[in-house]
Amino acid sequence: MTGLPLLSLMLLVPLVGAVISLVSARETARMVALIATLIDLALGLVLWMHYDIGGAQWQFQEHADLFTGFSWKLGIDGIALTLIALTVFLMPICIGASWNAIEKRAGEYYAAFLFMETLMIGVFTAQDLFLFYIMFEAGLIPMYLIIGIWGGAERIYASYKFFLYTLLGSVLMLIAMFWMANEAGTTDIPTLMQYDFPTSAQTWLFLAFFASFAVKMPMWPVHTWLPDAHVQAPTAGSVILAGVLLKMGGYGFIRFSLPMFPIASAHFAPLVWGLSIAAVVITSLIALVQHDMKKLIAYSSVAHMAIVTVGLFAFNRQGLEGSMVVMLSHGLVAGALFLAVGVIYDRLHTREIARYGGLAINMPYYALFFLLFTMASIGLPGTSGFVGEFLSLLGIYQQSSLVALISTTGIILGAAYMLYLYRRVVFGVQKHADAAAMPDLDMREWAMMAPMAVAVLWMGVYPETFMAPMRKDIGTLEARVAIAKPRGDADVKTFARNGAATAVALNLHAQGVK
Amino acid sequence: MNMLPSLLSIAAEELISSATLVLLLWAAWGGDKAARAISIAAFAVLVAAAALAMPALAGGIGGHATLAFDGHLKMDAFAAFAKLLIYLGAGVTLVIAPAFFDRSNEMRAEFPLLVLLAALGMGIMVSANDMLTLYIGLELNSLAAYVLAAFLRSDGRSAEAGLKYFVLGSLASGILLYGISLTYGFTGTTSFDGIRAALGVGALSIGATFGMVFVLVGLGFKISAAPFHMWTPDVYEGAPAPVTTFFATAPKAAALALLMRVSLDAFGGQPGAWQQIVVFSALLSVVIGALGAIGQDNIKRLLAYSSINNVGFMLIGLATGTPAGASAMLVYLAIYVVSSVAAFVVVLQMRDAQGAAVESIADLGGLSRTRPGLAAVLAVVMFSLAGIPPLFGFWAKFVIFQAAVQAHLVVLAGIAIAASVIGAFYYIKVVKVMYFDDVADKVRGGGTFANTVLLAASTLFLSPLGYLLTRWLGTLAGNAAAALFRLG
Repeated sequence: MTGLPLLSLMLLVPLVGAVISLVSARETARMVALIATLIDLALGLVLWMHYDIGGAQWQFQEHADLFTGFSWKLGIDGIALTLIALTVFLMPICIGASWNAIEKRAGEYYAAFLFMETLMIGVFTAQDLFLFYIMFEAGLIPMYLIIGIWGGAERIYASYKFFLYTLLGSVLMLIAMFWMANEAGTTDIPTLMQYDFPTSAQTWLFLAFFASFAVKMPMWPVHTWLPDAHVQAPTAGSVILAGVLLKMGGYGFIRFSLPMFPIASAHFAPLVWGLSIAAVVITSLIALVQHDMKKLIAYSSVAHMAIVTVGLFAFNRQGLEGSMVVMLSHGLVAGALFLAVGVIYDRLHTREIARYGGLAINMPYYALFFLLFTMASIGLPGTSGFVGEFLSLLGIYQQSSLVALISTTGIILGAAYMLYLYRRVVFGVQKHADAAAMPDLDMREWAMMAPMAVAVLWMGVYPETFMAPMRKDIGTLEARVAIAKPRGDADVKTFARNGAATAVALNLHAQGVK
Repeated sequence: MNMLPSLLSIAAEELISSATLVLLLWAAWGGDKAARAISIAAFAVLVAAAALAMPALAGGIGGHATLAFDGHLKMDAFAAFAKLLIYLGAGVTLVIAPAFFDRSNEMRAEFPLLVLLAALGMGIMVSANDMLTLYIGLELNSLAAYVLAAFLRSDGRSAEAGLKYFVLGSLASGILLYGISLTYGFTGTTSFDGIRAALGVGALSIGATFGMVFVLVGLGFKISAAPFHMWTPDVYEGAPAPVTTFFATAPKAAALALLMRVSLDAFGGQPGAWQQIVVFSALLSVVIGALGAIGQDNIKRLLAYSSINNVGFMLIGLATGTPAGASAMLVYLAIYVVSSVAAFVVVLQMRDAQGAAVESIADLGGLSRTRPGLAAVLAVVMFSLAGIPPLFGFWAKFVIFQAAVQAHLVVLAGIAIAASVIGAFYYIKVVKVMYFDDVADKVRGGGTFANTVLLAASTLFLSPLGYLLTRWLGTLAGNAAAALFRLG
């Protein structure tokens, strides 16, 4: 452990950068933003290196009594660590993606992004209920401005939709938080994760939190803000949305819903499964017919996030670990795909799939990267997408083979829409002269794509690097939800085969629940 | 009876009233040319009065030691807290008014005097411990306020605002007085302590219930809570901008404090009787304030609906009937007063090339490019009023809803907070116009130095830095609420 308050420092650096770039001209602002995000990346590496795998559950804890009602309390476990790593990894790439694309009001733009970084890291490090809420909710303001000022033609509609949807989802959670703080007498998240709320209250508490996280995630049918926001946001905005903001929903389920309301989580698991499989099938089919590249990837994000929720509510280690890996992988892959769209959007200023074609001829390196990320999105073994989806589906198969069966169609449909996209954009004949004249990746784009590609392959070939820090925390969570774990398909089948002996065991199990 | 302790404890009121008389003479001799100097003197008087009121903030908890004049006035921490907010609002009005009225050559020496008289009346209101003292304070404030609303004599809208305010305000005063007389008739006393004792804790008689309802309705008019809010948008729109600033801050704080004192002290033994009225009014205010604002194009009318909406949230604090709720209400009030100051000073700054006020929201288009500082301040205020963290306005809603949940009003809190999302719609609409829309380029001209200082100070308060004040503000409001509940 280092003596420095590392987490506060990671929050402070982008904030200072934000203030500086707010009052700077374009060239200074983007340089400040790049430096600030790189410093945070370096701090993130220090954090990872000093993180004691298998040590205390909560590390790097900081505490300062600055306010009434809540306190400045930070700390991370392995789950938070990986998500922070994802955030600090994506941020410099986002700045790179904006380097030339953002011409108007650049100072404000980079300030908004740096402010976002502070808030995202804040969400993953907050150990106080209300500090979490403030960080979680405050992201609305910069994101609203990013979409509204620098977005596409329909940006105003999209920014409203994003703002009001997420706000409505979150305010109910706030009421639930007040109730919990009142009931448990503390706002300390680690304590609350051990607290047993009354079963009757868990139901509505779960629903209040669910409203917030389901919108953030987003789950079908409250996902409709996402395609609009994605399509209208600038490239870097989409990367951050898909890469990190959506993960806040999943993180919320892992940090709050499952450990704090295990009984209600088990109770509502069929609801979550139902919404998830609906999402997988419906949004995949919708993705298949999109003409807009960003919209297609946005719908595919909803489908991938549905795999995350299915895995989370499988209540077993494979499901939980798989969900975390899907989240990390999707953060990289969806981010990379939006970057890939951004690269050609910067050249031709259209996202219309039909305007491209035959890019493999004039942009071979671009085609190579795009292919890698397409394959990762489909979940090809050897890429990051495979590891997580396989584990999640394995986890849910033990609970419900039917849900697993339908969820798996998402992989098939995913292959269909992604390959179809790839064929139309990269292969085929060069239909349009302007598209055929586009130059291949330049140095800046190489610098953005290459780290993403390395990370995707690394996570696909050796996922242990990313799973080791969170293994113990997933184990703790699995033990916590075990008391409420619903009886799954696997249990029932064992029962049919082994007859009486298992019946006794199951009875004991059922009594244990009561 | 020894008068000295009583006279000492109302030093702030004595200072303001005697200073007003002296300044009145100065105004009579000096004429309108002395208006600016009188404004400065009046501001100094308010600062001195605030200094005199301040010691009571920490002490004075525990009832009788703070009573003055046979229990007609009560100088406790609660009164001191409310008075500081009132003096803040009045002081800001005095600072921003001269530059505004000078433009049309309508700065008169009466303006600072009327503000002082209103502040004096409000000081009496919040310290009242007797229905009659209450009424005297309220009328002193109201009569001054009617004149202030109509202060721009050449402007038809200002005259209309003054007249509307006068007619509806008088009606409300009449209802209030009728309620006071009924309460007196059924309890045999006008003192709050006496009423509380006479009503007891059992079932209320029909007559006393009527009295209480009329009193609450009268006060509901004064705080512009729905369904008694109709006058607010017209008066806010018509009155000169500095006067609107005044109305949105000082009298609002005073009337809310008065409502708290009456409900929690005089009728404090009968919370069940008034709670449902307050809950109903709170919900209606939140919803009407939110829905009514959506269609508004005039920024002053929008802020009027926003004030109705905010009063609704504050009434939730009152509805809890607990010290935590009262303390939350005071915290909310303090934050709301600062937000209003910031919002109205921005409104005041917005003038076109001819110097005429720009009030249409559509004319703010692209303000972030032509006047980035002004737009940023208004954006901060709007997000803060919408209660979006990390701005300090979130803290106001935070304490209110926390108190409501602690008092088991979870459903009320849930409905109100869902309605606040509707409110967020029109707040972010203003931000949208300023930041996303094309440049309308209507707003010209700079502000005075004093306005800039006010804007900077209030924006810093509303920024996340405000959270560093939560402990201090919480302690002060907690003390004040404890005094109200006679704890301590």
